[in-house]
Amino acid sequence: MNFIVCVKQVPDTTEVEVDRESGTIIREGVPSILNPFDEFALNEAIRVKEKTGGRITVLSMGPPQAQEALRKCLAIGADEAILLTDQAFAGSDTWATSFTLARAVEKLGKYDLIFCGQQATDGDTAQVGPELARQLNIPQMTYVESIEEIDDGSVICKKETDGGYQRVKSGLPALLAFISTPAFEPKIPSIMEVMGAKSKTLSQWGIDDLGDEDGDYGLDGSPTQVIRVYSPPQRGEGVIIEEPPEVAVDKLIEYLESEGII
Amino acid sequence: MTEEQKILRSSIRDFAESEIAPVAADLDESGEFSVELTRKMADMGLFGIVVPEDYGGSGMDYLSYCIAVEELARIDGSQAATVAAGNSLGIGPIYYYGNEQQREEWLPRLCCGEILSSFGLTEPDAGSDAGASRTTAKLKDGKWVINGSKIFITNSSSEISGVCTVQVVTGMRDDGRKEISCILVPNGTPGFTAEKMTDKMMWRGSDTGELYFEDCQVPEENLLGGRGEGFHQMLETLDNGRLAIAAMGLGGAQGAFEMALDYTREREQFGQPISTFQVNAFKLADMAVEIEAARALLYKACRLRDQGESFSKQAAMAKLYCSEVMGRVVDQAVQLFGGYGLMKEYQIERFYRDYKLLTIGEGTSEVQRIVISRKIGCYDV
Ligand SMILES: Cc1cc2nc3c(=O)[nH]c(=O)nc-3n(C[C@H](O)[C@H](O)[C@H](O)COP(=O)(O)OP(=O)(O)OC[C@H]3O[C@@H](n4cnc5c(N)ncnc54)[C@H](O)[C@@H]3O)c2cc1C
Repeated sequence: MNFIVCVKQVPDTTEVEVDRESGTIIREGVPSILNPFDEFALNEAIRVKEKTGGRITVLSMGPPQAQEALRKCLAIGADEAILLTDQAFAGSDTWATSFTLARAVEKLGKYDLIFCGQQATDGDTAQVGPELARQLNIPQMTYVESIEEIDDGSVICKKETDGGYQRVKSGLPALLAFISTPAFEPKIPSIMEVMGAKSKTLSQWGIDDLGDEDGDYGLDGSPTQVIRVYSPPQRGEGVIIEEPPEVAVDKLIEYLESEGII
Repeated sequence: MTEEQKILRSSIRDFAESEIAPVAADLDESGEFSVELTRKMADMGLFGIVVPEDYGGSGMDYLSYCIAVEELARIDGSQAATVAAGNSLGIGPIYYYGNEQQREEWLPRLCCGEILSSFGLTEPDAGSDAGASRTTAKLKDGKWVINGSKIFITNSSSEISGVCTVQVVTGMRDDGRKEISCILVPNGTPGFTAEKMTDKMMWRGSDTGELYFEDCQVPEENLLGGRGEGFHQMLETLDNGRLAIAAMGLGGAQGAFEMALDYTREREQFGQPISTFQVNAFKLADMAVEIEAARALLYKACRLRDQGESFSKQAAMAKLYCSEVMGRVVDQAVQLFGGYGLMKEYQIERFYRDYKLLTIGEGTSEVQRIVISRKIGCYDV
């Protein structure tokens, strides 16, 4: 089977700090990592491939340095990687991003499943996966935790819902957007695998490889424009009432009244 | 750094944080050498990093090897020691000086972590003066008969120690000096006993053994390289080994520095984080500078070696500097932790102890200064 995993290189958000004056993210000196949801999706693809056989192609749109994240995917167990990189792709919103990924998927030809992370930890939009499915006109399942069964024509997934889980079956090809689980331990590539990744193919595709007729790439192809990025105002400290309920209710009412809320 | 080296660093860092960090303090406390953890490190490919894939190694360069050791030492000196000694002292001589048969016999088993090998040089009366070895090997009926003892030999007395490269005196040369050779002696050979040395101050999770040879016999073919080449082999092995010890100093300094920085940014006294007292901030700044300089020096020495140029002066410099930088960093780091720095609950205390081997093992700081001062021509007058 042919699996495509879409990944993004993101700043390590555990190390990100916000510039107090401008309110923007300080990117300088912040290490880049593979988006954790994508890493989960890739691990799941590898797990499935071990049973079904086949080939895993990793796809990413990003600046040339995103190649590092792709090389890591190859070390973890992907077979091939393609980086979509071009000045013309710069400034893409989620729509232009999914448009670009869709062109690349079409160029790749036959595939059975597309794996995405539910969202990227930098933008947190959770839009690119669903949009990509729409662009390709294939079924999508979101909030997927694992693939339970797969055969030549269909896949059954376990997906999270507000109240619990659903098992959902879909025909192939399909797109799955993965959440991560707390128990997830990402595969750490061994030194042999790091060296092995060197001999796997990592290609770069630009606008000329995807076809330019639409002019729908990058900033021009983006219906949304970011006007300003800012951090929400700091919230004041909360009040915790630590009393048994019969006392706490009175205290709470008293507090809400004193604040003029009720 | 190449892409591979960056991925290697992050891989080993992830491994060390997830597999070693949770058990390091316990292994240090109990003084236990963990076979399980050693095998995990082998699965990561940490043994035979520079050995070609044909023999089961990973075929990387020396800089990559040192980056791996650095990342291990950032978390735990003992495990870094098992790997550094395993590669530089254990696998190194067999790979560099072994004949095809010896390489094929030992390297695959060593690279996959089935067994460990050690380098038996130091004796009770031959420490810094490594040429003063008294252990002898006499050829008799096609066998070497070995008598003598070795002390402080890393990876020599664990359950999975498989073979020791023993430096022995095999006769006298025409110029009246000792003829020194290296012989492979498998653990378990009759007449060869390896006793674990316990109660160390540092590297408590690493295996250190004392070796006794009493009419121990091994086949003549166990000679490593040629007869009389042992002294030269030893000098080269130590040049390589120094790079890994330097990497341990660098990694240990990095780990201690990070702990100190995190702690001082959190800990408040007089109503402010103690990192914001300038006297403390300057200590941390000095640490950062010295670590950067140490890294530049070590990586330069590694690159010289990888390019096939002479590197022994830089290796001695890197070993001396990186180990002493770690000494200064851990000393100030414990100071910044105050009383908590002296308690076992805080890992910095282990770094403070582990550092001390680095200015003693594989040539003391004094010996490094002797090597460097000779290389820069102090005595050529
Ligand atoms: C945990 C551990 C692991 C070890 N692993 C190994 C191993 O795997 N294989 C192995 O062969 N050895 C190993 N060693 C031994 C180590 O290499 C020696 O301890 C070291 O070389 C110093 O020798 P020594 O202890 O006999 O000290 P000595 O040589 O007695 O030195 C004592 C002091 O005198 C100084 N001194 C000596 N000569 C001079 C001089 N000419 N000029 C100025 N000062 C001098 C030294 O610098 C030192 O300060 C290990 C040691 C330890 C503690």
